[in-house]
Amino acid sequence: MNWLADFFGDSAHWSGPDGIPVRLLEHLGYSAAAFLVAALIAVPLGMLIGHTGRGALLVVVAANAARALPTLGLLVLVVLLAGVGTVLPVLVPLIVLAVPPILVNTYEGLRGVDADLRDAAYGMGLRGPQVLFRTLTPVALPLILLGLRLSAIQVVSTATVAAFVGLGGLGRFIIDGLATKAYSSVIGGAVLVAALALAVQFGFLLLDRVVVSPGVRQTR
Amino acid sequence: MITFEGVTKRYRDGTVAVDDLSLEVPTGAITVFVGPSGCGKTTSLRMINRMIDATSGRIALDGQDVREIDPPTLRRGIGYVIQQAGLFPHRRIVDNVATVPYLLGWNKKKARARAMELLELVGLDAGLANRYPFQLSGGQQQRVGVARALAADPPVLLMDEPFSAVDPVVRASLQDELLRLQSELRKTIVFVTHDIDEAVKLGDTVAVLRVGGRLAQMAGPATLLTEPADDFVRGFLGRDRGIRRLSFISAKEVRLGPAPPDLVTGEDGRPLGWRTGDGLAAYGTFDPETDSLRAALDAALLSPNGVAVAVDEEGRVRGVAGRDAIDELLAEYAPPVRGAGSAEEAPA
Repeated sequence: MNWLADFFGDSAHWSGPDGIPVRLLEHLGYSAAAFLVAALIAVPLGMLIGHTGRGALLVVVAANAARALPTLGLLVLVVLLAGVGTVLPVLVPLIVLAVPPILVNTYEGLRGVDADLRDAAYGMGLRGPQVLFRTLTPVALPLILLGLRLSAIQVVSTATVAAFVGLGGLGRFIIDGLATKAYSSVIGGAVLVAALALAVQFGFLLLDRVVVSPGVRQTR
Repeated sequence: MITFEGVTKRYRDGTVAVDDLSLEVPTGAITVFVGPSGCGKTTSLRMINRMIDATSGRIALDGQDVREIDPPTLRRGIGYVIQQAGLFPHRRIVDNVATVPYLLGWNKKKARARAMELLELVGLDAGLANRYPFQLSGGQQQRVGVARALAADPPVLLMDEPFSAVDPVVRASLQDELLRLQSELRKTIVFVTHDIDEAVKLGDTVAVLRVGGRLAQMAGPATLLTEPADDFVRGFLGRDRGIRRLSFISAKEVRLGPAPPDLVTGEDGRPLGWRTGDGLAAYGTFDPETDSLRAALDAALLSPNGVAVAVDEEGRVRGVAGRDAIDELLAEYAPPVRGAGSAEEAPA
């Protein structure tokens, strides 16, 4: 506990370019950018594949391949290819990490919708896109949100790797702290990352309350 | 009127679901497609609203080939009720019912007002309107399914085994409700079931299909019971055809006699039982206004002396009918004698 008090009690840690607020914003910036790009890729793709049933193999292959890729290795690779000085080295691995949970859950959510329901929707005279957006998506929403949540938490936790390539974020407290044997900094950084992940989790649970129909939430 | 002309459905693997089906579904009546699994009854139904397209042949709706109509447009003009109701779980009951009106571009207020009307029509409490489907029982969900199909007042209603997933008591009440609705609405209804008793109860016309998708016989239920076309239909109809046929004869014409003194009645005029040496014996009642000859015969069989008690709608004794009175009516409705011209047909 002393280490935590040292870290959070030190006023120097609360201001300047390497203070907690700046590092937190950097961290959130990398995370949000990677997460948004991943969501923009994976949600429409998952919906399309889930609705048409075409390309299901792609989901499986992409999911497994992306999971097997080591985040740090990819980070180094992008640095070698793109050089330092850009945020690309951290964004690419984070996006690769973030896509599979969203893609798989969106796809599974849509595929899992009761065949009778799909049948009823078409039978009432809904057109293909109406079936997708008015019936399948609202019913699959809990799973789609689960995928987004898992992905966001992973991204927030893994964004610490930015510090490896000289970028900012909360990872700096951990990496720099390890380098200088300043363990209060390491622990303080880790606590901040964990708190951020919990906040993301909580935020998604609130979102779930707001956007998921009670009719679907209760029957899960 | 819906016309099937030489309709065949053959799948890519060579399976024939429906084989050269030709029949007419009359306007304003209930036509039941019945048959064992694999007889193509559901496929035939789904070809009407183009959930499945026929391989060859023609299905016409009041003369127009359904293949000339864009499927969603066609379907919005045809009510569709499926087995598990298929309600949209994320939408409230009122919005489920208003599905097709919304699709047709009605404004929300008008669509909801219509939905409330329909909930009342199918016998559901207005308080259920704002619930979600999971909060309703199976029977209630199925009523909502019927209300949803009727929302835009389509002239044709397709019902695909709509009552087979509910328990027998609820099923019977849903069947009665459908008959009541139909007597008001006079829709052209195609009803698919595997349950021959349901077919006979609901159908103005019953089409019996055999495995492989061929029509075995199409006739009114009473005719079907007395004159099945062949062994397959006879077997499918099962036992007790003679007794079951009596369900289609009204008990109204049964000659009633005055209640004898040994029928004990309460102060309210309702029967209590038959007086015997050591107490009261069982009795059976029927209401001549609403019941069938089958119910009258059943009532007679329940009494030790073979006399059925006729009651009014309040349950008060109106008179009695002995087995002789029932027998007179039975003789009147005996199956027709076959002429020599139909000797080549199988015997009933």
